[in-house]
Amino acid sequence: MEDIEHIPKELKLIDEKGIRLDGRRFNELRPIKIEAGVLKKADGSAYMEWGNNKVLAAVYGPREAHPRHLQNPAKALVQCRYNMAPFSVTDRKRPGPDRRSVEISKVISEAFASVVFVEQFPRTSVDIYIEVLQADAGTRCAGLTAASVALADAGIPMRDLVASCASGKIGGVVALDLNKDEDNFGEADCPMAIVPRSGEIVLLQMDGHLTADEFDQAMDLSINAAKQIYELQRDALRRRYASVAEAAEQEAMREPAPSEAPREMPPDLPPEVDDL
Amino acid sequence: MTAEVISELLREHINRLIASGKRADGRGFDDPRPLTVQKNYIKNAEGSARVQLGNTDVLVGVKIDVGEPYPDTPNQGVLSTSVELVPLASPNFEAGPPSPTAIEIARVVDRGIRESKTVNTQKLCITPKEKVWIMFIDIHALDYDGNLFDAASYGALAALSCAKVPASKIGKEDYPLPLEHWPISVTAAKIGGRIVVDPNLDEERIADARITVTTDENGDIRAMQKGLKGSFSLDEVRAAIRTSQKVGKGLRGIIQRA
Repeated sequence: MEDIEHIPKELKLIDEKGIRLDGRRFNELRPIKIEAGVLKKADGSAYMEWGNNKVLAAVYGPREAHPRHLQNPAKALVQCRYNMAPFSVTDRKRPGPDRRSVEISKVISEAFASVVFVEQFPRTSVDIYIEVLQADAGTRCAGLTAASVALADAGIPMRDLVASCASGKIGGVVALDLNKDEDNFGEADCPMAIVPRSGEIVLLQMDGHLTADEFDQAMDLSINAAKQIYELQRDALRRRYASVAEAAEQEAMREPAPSEAPREMPPDLPPEVDDL
Repeated sequence: MTAEVISELLREHINRLIASGKRADGRGFDDPRPLTVQKNYIKNAEGSARVQLGNTDVLVGVKIDVGEPYPDTPNQGVLSTSVELVPLASPNFEAGPPSPTAIEIARVVDRGIRESKTVNTQKLCITPKEKVWIMFIDIHALDYDGNLFDAASYGALAALSCAKVPASKIGKEDYPLPLEHWPISVTAAKIGGRIVVDPNLDEERIADARITVTTDENGDIRAMQKGLKGSFSLDEVRAAIRTSQKVGKGLRGIIQRA
């Protein structure tokens, strides 16, 4: 259980002027920072800070799916493991999967399965690992957003990135991106994820108490925010590959012009493909 | 659960029917299967119900015991929900630790009951910070023909609604569990771009996406969960909310009257 006794029960989550505890208005996101390609061994990775959340995501694959009976002869599997570090929350979390993280892993896997071109990689698995290093509510949205950048960084073919954000209700007001105190003492929380270009909803959960109208307001806030987050994701990828492109350019300037002689052609397929 | 195989012929058949506005079992898109509820099915449980939603058959037992409260809610009873998908219920269920599917069902059912404050947990306190009543909702699938989310959630609500707090164990009089709300979940599946309520197993197997919306007696939303690999548009989600409000009314009555 979280240590929440320091907060009085009659705490006002949003004041008369519409200012929240951390100074935001109802429609403002916490500060967000995304960096792509932060890990050496992973095929793709991203680090994200979202308010006080700190989240790392890594992608491995497509690689042979294990255990083998899970392999799909027609498609790749998209398997996500969402995990919280024991020190990421106020009271130590017992290491390893609990019911919450199993559920979150499942809904995130399903959210990505519709954007990855799974038909291109039969029998393989695209493995997504999300590690929550510091948690302050909204970790599944942060994890999903970072994982999306990591997938792109790994060069996994996708229809689009997935951008995620939550909205909820605090002190009777529908508000964007709840932090930990707001989540604990608010009336509702509704995380969602969209494919920004098509607007499709690929993840949606809700708990608490919302009328149908309030749900509409919450989704409006979240969708707008997801579009801002989408720009930050693209930005992170551009920054990552701007430096790669620059390095390649410099390399090209240093090397003499390539000779006319045809180079040895690489074989059509890497040899291990036959083994699949 | 092992990978499920459905014949291409059946898939095409269901898809074609749905595209022409029909369902294989003759239901309309917004019609749930018939629901039957038998309360007090197990006499050793403090509350229980056997629920049949079409051919999906679920038995839910509520055990109530004395335990410790959580430190952040020292004067409230505790709710704990689990789902067992036993191999007896389906060729695709395996013995062993709960699968992600079982965990997801348990958590979605739990969310509906918890977030709508179905049970007034303040009335389940014995000694603040020390002793409270703990409710264990155990959901046992007996026969799986699709949509366990709803069958489990109706069973849980029915079992809670007839449960008694065994206060005689601590020298007081037994009293009915203080039930204050009636949350009803309604699950719909998206198949070939159309949305059908209460998918049976064949429909569930070919569904692209699934959405569960739990509403209370005022029509307010208490829990939602989107599942499977497909997606929904915002309009489709709104439609699912309206359907849940509408369909939920009838089902709530059946559970209340049972």
